[in-house]
Amino acid sequence: MQPSVEQVWEWLDAVPDPEIPVISLVDLGIIREVAWRNDTLTVAVTPTYSGCPATSIINLDIETALRGHGIEKLELKRQLSPPWTTNWLSEKGREKLEKYGIAPPTAAGGPERCPQCGSVDLKKVSQFGSTPCKAAWRCNDCLEPFDYFKCI
Amino acid sequence: MDASLFQYLLRLGDNTLVLGHRGSEWCGHAPVLEEDIALANTALDLIGQTQLWLGLAAEVEGKGRDADQLAMQRDIWDFRNLLLVELPNGDFGRTLMRQFLFDAWQVINLGRLMNSSNPRVAEIAAKASKEAAYHVERSADTVVGLGDGTEESHVRMQAALEYLWPYVGEMFLGDEVDAAMVAAGIAPDPASLRAEYDALIGRVIKTATLEIPDSSFAHKGGKTGAFHTEHLGHMLCSMQWLQRAYPGASW
Ligand SMILES: [Zn+2]
Repeated sequence: MQPSVEQVWEWLDAVPDPEIPVISLVDLGIIREVAWRNDTLTVAVTPTYSGCPATSIINLDIETALRGHGIEKLELKRQLSPPWTTNWLSEKGREKLEKYGIAPPTAAGGPERCPQCGSVDLKKVSQFGSTPCKAAWRCNDCLEPFDYFKCI
Repeated sequence: MDASLFQYLLRLGDNTLVLGHRGSEWCGHAPVLEEDIALANTALDLIGQTQLWLGLAAEVEGKGRDADQLAMQRDIWDFRNLLLVELPNGDFGRTLMRQFLFDAWQVINLGRLMNSSNPRVAEIAAKASKEAAYHVERSADTVVGLGDGTEESHVRMQAALEYLWPYVGEMFLGDEVDAAMVAAGIAPDPASLRAEYDALIGRVIKTATLEIPDSSFAHKGGKTGAFHTEHLGHMLCSMQWLQRAYPGASW
């Protein structure tokens, strides 16, 4: 019997992002479609950044997870359009990011508060950070540096 | 049409490939760690865009080549990038000034390409333009920070602008490939980007307390492939040697 599309979404929600393992691929918003075409399961994945080195690992992780659940015929599609936006991060993903120490993206283009102490006295260190999706910030109160998830 | 489209896609992909490689040459050498990371991240975005543009170019060409083969197994005379991006990095200021002069053009050109009649071109442009918008924000900030910085940084940024300025004009020169793209609604006439470009860089350069040189002389030949500087050959030598020595090697 074919597992339902809802079931597959649940399985994918258990696959961690390889670079920020506290959130899932579904939280990240990069799974764009799950569908059955006859007996083949198709999953459309969109890249976060066009040069993100995690892209091939992500595809491998999806395939490993779904094969582990008994999916035999699987097709992974790269979907470029519409381009990924941080608006697609799930609410639960945003909460997990902050708890992990990464300030979630905001439309204002900077972190709302320090993920360590909650202070709003913050300083941008660099527009870029340890991965393509992050920028480097620092808290002027607790003096801790922290990652901010870039808003794009 | 396909031959012109292939050439046009090579131009887009070779610009990002060559500038991406130039950016990566700073890896481990930038003046401070944050800048090292920023340059590497920018380079990574550009290489990612290269995979998309050259991947599409290879499909359009239809000769069984892929993006890797186009990047690593063509020689200098088959490259179609602007001369601006192949110039050596020079100091950090010149690298960032070049990045800004390119980013400003890139962000405007990609904005137009998002409305391309070719849906594949439009979707790559939509993806890349978000990254380009981020790049130009940073390179413009850095040009202002260094231009309106210390006496030495100001002098170096003005010298960088004067050195690079003769390579800006090539971005706006059109030829028969561009004419074919305009006729098919695939890409804009390069000359039509100039006014917006001049306004954007004029604003930033003024805030940076620098002066745009009073000369319209433009080196050309990079995007048509008629003439590249010797610098590109040296760059390809280090970029391509492994795939030239062991074609198709993977790990
Ligand atoms: Zn704090």
